[in-house]
Amino acid sequence: MHDPNFLQTLWFALIGVLWIGYFVLEGFDFGVGMLIRALGRDETDKRMIIHTIGPVWDGNEVWLLTAGGATFAAFPGWYASLFSGFYLALFLILAALIVRGVSFEFWGKEDSPRWRATWEWTAVVGSLLAALLWGVGWADIVHGVPMNAAHNVTASLWDLLHPYALLGGLTTLSLFLAHGAIFLSLRTRGEIVARARAVALGASVASVVLMGAFLLWTALDQNSGGVKVSQQVVAAGAAGLAAAVPLLLRRARDGWAFGLSAGAIALLFASLFVGLFPNALPASSAHANDLTLVAASSTHYTQTVMTVVAVIFVPIVLLYQGWTYWVFRHRLGRDDFEGTPTPIAVLSSLGREGASAAAHERPLPPPAEPPATA
Amino acid sequence: MDGVLPALSFAPMNTLELARLQFGVTTVFHFIFVPMSIGLAAWVAYCQTRYHRSGDEVYLRMTRFWGKFMLLSIAIGVVTGIVQEFQFGMNWSQYSRYVGDIFGAPLAMEGLAAFFLESTFVGLWIFGWNRLSPRVHLATIWLTAFGTVLSAYFILAANSWMQHPVGYTINHVTHRAELKSIFAVLGNSTVLLAFPHTVFGALVTGGMLVLGISAFGLLRGRNTDVFSRSARTVLPLTLVAAIATGAFGHAQGTLMEKQQPMKMAAAEALYTTTKGASLSVFAVGPFERHPKRLNTDIRIPHLLSIIGTASWNGQVKGINQINAEEKAKYGPGDYVPIVGVTYWTFRLMAGAGVLLVLLALLGLLLMRRARLEQARWFQRAAIAGAALPVVANLTGWIFTEMGRQPWVVYGLLKTSQANSPLVGSGSLIITLLGYTLLYGVLLIVGGRLFLREIKHGPESEPVRDDSEEPCGKPGGAPREDLVLAY
Repeated sequence: MHDPNFLQTLWFALIGVLWIGYFVLEGFDFGVGMLIRALGRDETDKRMIIHTIGPVWDGNEVWLLTAGGATFAAFPGWYASLFSGFYLALFLILAALIVRGVSFEFWGKEDSPRWRATWEWTAVVGSLLAALLWGVGWADIVHGVPMNAAHNVTASLWDLLHPYALLGGLTTLSLFLAHGAIFLSLRTRGEIVARARAVALGASVASVVLMGAFLLWTALDQNSGGVKVSQQVVAAGAAGLAAAVPLLLRRARDGWAFGLSAGAIALLFASLFVGLFPNALPASSAHANDLTLVAASSTHYTQTVMTVVAVIFVPIVLLYQGWTYWVFRHRLGRDDFEGTPTPIAVLSSLGREGASAAAHERPLPPPAEPPATA
Repeated sequence: MDGVLPALSFAPMNTLELARLQFGVTTVFHFIFVPMSIGLAAWVAYCQTRYHRSGDEVYLRMTRFWGKFMLLSIAIGVVTGIVQEFQFGMNWSQYSRYVGDIFGAPLAMEGLAAFFLESTFVGLWIFGWNRLSPRVHLATIWLTAFGTVLSAYFILAANSWMQHPVGYTINHVTHRAELKSIFAVLGNSTVLLAFPHTVFGALVTGGMLVLGISAFGLLRGRNTDVFSRSARTVLPLTLVAAIATGAFGHAQGTLMEKQQPMKMAAAEALYTTTKGASLSVFAVGPFERHPKRLNTDIRIPHLLSIIGTASWNGQVKGINQINAEEKAKYGPGDYVPIVGVTYWTFRLMAGAGVLLVLLALLGLLLMRRARLEQARWFQRAAIAGAALPVVANLTGWIFTEMGRQPWVVYGLLKTSQANSPLVGSGSLIITLLGYTLLYGVLLIVGGRLFLREIKHGPESEPVRDDSEEPCGKPGGAPREDLVLAY
C-alpha cells in the first residue's frame, strides 16, 4: 500500500483534533461528575457542582458524536472495524455516557435524599467508567488488536483488558479527575475551592506518575513498530506539561494549571495519534493484517466534500462554543443557590395540591436579576 | 475489504435477527422523543417570540412551562442519539464499509452543523435567562429549534439514500458504493418529500402534546389562562401541520410507486396487478409471512387507482408481478416484505393522520363558537389524541424500514449482507438486554417526570425576567435561570 495522500492525512489529523477536543472538554466534566459526592458536602454544594458543567456538558459530548461521524465519512473501514471490534467495551462506554447524562438531568427533579443519592452515584460511576474505558480503548488501538485479513477484530472484551491497556485507562482516569477538580476550583467560590484544589493536587501527581509509565511503555512497545522520534517528542511535551500542573496548583495558579492540564491531555492523545500514523488500527496478531488509513479511507471526492464542510463549520462551532464558555465564566458560590429554589421547590410551591406542597417551606424567589444587557 | 462481500452469506441468521431487533428497539425508542423535541422546540420558540413582541406574561409562562417538556424530550433524545450514530459501526460493519463513502458524509454534517448548534444553544437557553439580553436569549431558542430541524434533514438525506440510492457508482474493485455527487444525495427527490413529511409530523406531535396537556389543564380548571391560550394558539398551527403532513405523505406515496413499487404494493396488500383497483380498509389474514387468503377484507372500489394513478381505472402493480420483475433483475430470492406488517403499519399511520386532522378541525370549530373551554368531551378526546402522532410516527418509520426489506440499500445491498460478521449472538444479547433495561428505566423515570410536570401545571405567579436590580456584579450568579434545569 502507498502512503496516505494529503486529504487522508488531513482527515486523520482532523479526527485526532476532534478526539482531542472531546477529551479536553468532556475530560473536565467527567472529573466534575466523579467528584459530585467527594467534594459536595451537602445538597447546595452538589447542586453548585452540577451547575458548573450544566450549560456545557451536552455540547462537549457532541465532539464525540462528530468524531464518530467524521470517522464514518472519512475512513469508513476504520469506523466499521473499530466500532464492531470494540463491541462490548464501546457498549459499556455508551451505557456509562447515557447514565451520567440523565443523572444530571434527573438529579434535581425529585425532592428526596434517596433519589438524589441514586443519581449522584450513577453520575459518579458513569463518569468514572467512561474516563477509565476511553483510556483502555485508546491504549488498545495504538497497541493493536487481533484482527483477521478482512480487518474484523477477533478480540473479546477480556482480550482488551491487558495491563498496558489498563494503565492507559488509569492514566486518563487520573488526568480527567485532576482536570475536573481544577475546573471546579476555577468555577466556584468559597471553601470548596480549597477542597477541589487539594483533590486536583493529589490526582495530578498520580497522573504524572501514571502517564509517565504509560508513555514509557508505549515507547518500548514493540508492537507499535519501533520508536518514532516525533511521537516521543510530543509524548515528552505531554509529560512535561503534566508535571508542571501540581507545581502550579501549589502556588494556587488554577488558571494556568487548567490550561496546562488541557495541554497535557491534548499532547498525550496527539502522541498516540502520531504513533498510530499511517495505520488506522494495527493488528497485534500479524502486521500483514494492519488496517492502514489508505485501506480504510473513503474516496478523494468524499473527503474533498467533507473538507469544504469542515472548513465552513468548524470555525463557526469553535466561535459559538467559545462564546458559551465566556457567557458562563462566572464563579458560582453557595450563596447563589441558597436563595434560589430548586426546580422541585418551585413545583411544590406552585402546585396547589400534592403531598410535597405543604412540606416545602421555600417561597418563590423575588424577581430575578435582569438580563445583562437590558 | 477486498472479497469481503461474497463471504457474507455465511452470516448466521440469528445474529442478523438480533441485530435487526436491536436496531428496531433503539430506533423506535429514540424516535418517540425526537419528533417531540422538534415540535416543542419550534413551539417554545414561537411562544417566546410572542412574549418578546407583546410583553404579555401569559406567553412567558407558556414558554417556561412548555420549555420543561422540550428539555425532557431533548435530554432523552440526545443520550439515546449517541447509540444511533454508533450502532452502524457496531452492529452493521459490512453496511458501514459498503456505504460509508456516501452515508457517512450526511452523518458527519449532522454532527458538525446541527448537533453542535442544538446542544450548545439549548444550554445557553436554559442557563442564559438572565445572562443574555432578551433578544439574544430569544435567538438561542430559535437556533436550538433550527438545529433540531437541520439534523432531521441530514439524517433523512442519509435514510433516503437507502430507500432510493442516487449520486453513486459501484466500485467493483473494492466492492462498495462510492459517492459521485453530494448534491444528488442531499437533493434526492426522496428526501425532498420525506423531510417536510417528517418535520410537519413532528410539529403535529408537539402540537398535539400541547393540546392534550392543555385540555387536561382545562378539565381541571386550573391555570386556564395559560392552557386556554396554548390550546387556542396551537390548534390552527396543528391543523395546518397535520394537513401538510398528509399532503406530503400522499406525494411520497406517488413517488414511492416509481421508486419502490414493492413497498407500495405491500402497503396495500395488493398481490395481483389490477386496473381500477379498490382500496382495502380492513383486512385480516392468517398469521403467516405470505398469507394465501384473507379472512376479512373490506374494500372501497376504485379508490386505490384514484389515489395511486389519479384515474378511475388506472393500473396498479401487484406484489407478485413486482416480485417476478425483481427476481429477473436481481437474481433468485424473495423480494417481498412482510405484508401483514406493511399493510397494518401503513393503515395505522394514515388512520392516525386522518383522525388528527378531524380532531384539529373539530377543535377549531369549537374555538370559533367559543366552546373550546367548555366542551369536556372534546378535552377528553384531545388528551387521548396526544398519543395519535406518536402512533403515526412509529408505525410510519416501521413501515418505511420494513417495507424496504429484504434490502438495506434498495437494489444494492441486502440486509442479510450488512451486519457485523464477528459480533456473536452472546454480545448481541448482552447489548440488547442492556439497552432495553436502560431505555426502560429512562421511559419510566422520564414518563414520571413528564406526568408530574403536567400535574403541577405552569407557574401561576407572574414570572418576570426584567426587574430593576442591576446585574453584572463579579460572580453575579444566575438565580431564576437555575430553576429550569437542576
